[in-house]
Amino acid sequence: MDRLPSWLRRHIAALRALLVLTVVTGIIYPLAATGVAQALFDDHANGSIIEQDGKAVGSSLVGQSFTDADGDPVRTYFQSRPSAAGYDPTSTGASNLGPEDVIDTLPHGSDEGRQSLLTQVCARSKAVGELEGVSGARPYCTSDGVGAVLKVFPDRAVSVNQACPATPFVAEYQGRRVECARPGEDYATGRTVPVRGDVTTVRVPADAVTASGSGLDPHISVAYAELQAPRVAKERDLALDQVKALIDEHTTGRALGFMGEPAVNVLELNLALDRR
Amino acid sequence: MSPTLAGILFIGSLLLALAVCFKPLGDYMYRVYSGTRHSAVERGIYRLLGVDPDGEQRWGVYARGVLAFSVLSVLFLYALQRLQDHLVLSLGMKAVEPSSAWNTAVSFVTNTNWQSYSGESTMGHVVQTAGLAVQNFVSAATGMAVAVALVRGFARSKTDTLGNFWVDLVRGTIRILLPIAFVAALALVAGGAIQTFAGHGTWTTLTGGEQTFTPAAAASQEAIKNLGTNGGGIFNANSAHPFENPTAWTNWLTIFLLLVIASCLPRTFGRMVGDNRQGHAVVAVMATIFAASVALTHWAERSAGGTVPQAIGAAMEGRETRFGVSDSAMFASATTLTSTGAVDSFHDSYTALGGGMLIFNMLLGEVAPGGTGAGLYGMLVLAVVTVFVAGLMVGRTPEYLGKKIGAREIKLASLYLLVTPALVLAGTAVAMATATGRAAMLNGGAHGLSEILYAYTSASNNNGSAFAGVSVNTPFHNTTLGLCMAFGRFLPIVLVLALAGSLARQAPVPASAGTLPTHRPQFVGMVVGVTIILVALTFLPALALGPLAEGLL
Repeated sequence: MDRLPSWLRRHIAALRALLVLTVVTGIIYPLAATGVAQALFDDHANGSIIEQDGKAVGSSLVGQSFTDADGDPVRTYFQSRPSAAGYDPTSTGASNLGPEDVIDTLPHGSDEGRQSLLTQVCARSKAVGELEGVSGARPYCTSDGVGAVLKVFPDRAVSVNQACPATPFVAEYQGRRVECARPGEDYATGRTVPVRGDVTTVRVPADAVTASGSGLDPHISVAYAELQAPRVAKERDLALDQVKALIDEHTTGRALGFMGEPAVNVLELNLALDRR
Repeated sequence: MSPTLAGILFIGSLLLALAVCFKPLGDYMYRVYSGTRHSAVERGIYRLLGVDPDGEQRWGVYARGVLAFSVLSVLFLYALQRLQDHLVLSLGMKAVEPSSAWNTAVSFVTNTNWQSYSGESTMGHVVQTAGLAVQNFVSAATGMAVAVALVRGFARSKTDTLGNFWVDLVRGTIRILLPIAFVAALALVAGGAIQTFAGHGTWTTLTGGEQTFTPAAAASQEAIKNLGTNGGGIFNANSAHPFENPTAWTNWLTIFLLLVIASCLPRTFGRMVGDNRQGHAVVAVMATIFAASVALTHWAERSAGGTVPQAIGAAMEGRETRFGVSDSAMFASATTLTSTGAVDSFHDSYTALGGGMLIFNMLLGEVAPGGTGAGLYGMLVLAVVTVFVAGLMVGRTPEYLGKKIGAREIKLASLYLLVTPALVLAGTAVAMATATGRAAMLNGGAHGLSEILYAYTSASNNNGSAFAGVSVNTPFHNTTLGLCMAFGRFLPIVLVLALAGSLARQAPVPASAGTLPTHRPQFVGMVVGVTIILVALTFLPALALGPLAEGLL
């Protein structure tokens, strides 16, 4: 090898280094880790699968949607958070919509339109409120469940997320008449003004109206579980206290008292309800 | 306990754990890189490589070793992805498309781990473990090797040589990264991360739906992904995915792993230059910037500014329930202050100012504490520039650690600091000037610009996180971002090694009354100032059009 030019010797050494380190870190390391992991924690290593009557029904770490074939919530079950991935573990991810994504593209002809993040939040809040029998009102939301956003022009204002013939959420803005939005019309040149409104009490918790990061969030907040408890108790003819006791049982507190947030595992809670 | 207090304890306990590790791990790494004995395993490896482990290298030889190793790594990883359909254990995944395979190969070799693909539907077992995870180790070890070579430049005198790249690479991998990663992998499995080479798993859900999950050796890859400040997840959802990061305490462990090596390397530096106080000064600079950045990001996220966060009542879009807003913000700060780029929540949905802070963290050059190795050499270059600026103010020849900072040294340091701004700004400009470039934006308005700016910032600084709404799996972005990653990694490395070579040749200058002490709070403050002013001057216009416009108007 000494007779080879130095650049070639260097590349041969580099190639050998790559191959040797691939064997060490790419084959031996993962296999050793798998061996020990499978020996010590095989349940975890294989995905924390939950079985019922000998059949796998899910993983305690992976959320599911508890909806029927039409996508409507099954009323006997606690509902999970919204998911940008539709709880599909082969296409995980988030909505990635930003904090000022407030203007919808209204459906128009063949264009299906697009709901802004604000309207998604408002629509979810309204739907959850109706399901649980509480007010779904939120700041920056209209009572028909879209984002309360105006495009303001010198002579008029348009409630851009409310398609005609809807009645705009306000009749007037700073002396300008507020119109409903005509799908397909371009309002881009107007000044964007989200209107907060006067909602002070929000009954639907934050996690109930937002998609998670993974799209597989197995948890909901304690507040969202408590909001759903009366409905589930009624549908199942259980005492509210019994349901609340089950929520407590399936709540993970903060690790060591300060890490993360308390969270309720929805699949485990629903399975426990089914077993009663 | 209130969420605020819990958040403070979360940060405090992380800092405490890092402080506890600082001395023992820093000293251990010092012994790893300064020791003269080779273990039996290592001697066997050197024989296989055909290199003399005691042969010292000049800076050019060292740099050519880094480049040769990296080029071959890119080719190997590219080939592995392109041939995936012929590999065993590929879970039925197809060959990766060429522009994506190039992007991914460069991305993992440069310690960026930008991912334009979705892991669970693109990569099988072999590409993940024998391809991507290997680069997680060796790209981190390469960064540490370069940092150690620069430190040797300060520590040595009247010599041409900086050590041996192959020895530094092998020792960093085997003695530092492997043992810590192995223990961390088992801890992650204990928390619930998966670690299996099985085939796809399927079950029928309670309401009759079907869920299929892609199995993976996730824990072993997660461990090195974070320890080596890599950041490329097995799954698209990265550390938000419950199979990668199942609990609040694995979240803590993940953040700890991605900070620990970079935070302890200043101790190694102090030991190597024979003055621990110098290491303490460097870590003080890092800690100051870290504390300010974490506090600002927390404030922005917890106050939930912006229309949608106000409507929601909390910045919960894109966050996991088990982590909550505070711990997610901590993760986001840590991942952008280092060169990791792993995410446990989705930065695109952060508040405008919170997301802006994350971009700012990367623009700082990822020096607080930065990537494994890359953080230390970035910080030392900033220290060199600081003594130069200070020297100009008082009219003396600047020196740092007994080495004169002359024309050649300051030219190399300046070039180093110009590389990433050039790549970030030119890349963003080219993308915004072309229709294909602009088409990648998911969000409109100022936030759309932030998405593109974030992408080129992340690639050029070898971070790898994203405002993930951006659709960059196109030939245009795969190519341009790939070039940003390659130049953003290797130009600075060559410049650092050249600087090291030039410092090593010098004889030490004895300290005199005119020498600026570089271990006192005054110097710490000056380095912090130089770091922030440099970034502010370079990037304020771009930031003003993106996150600042969105957050303040």
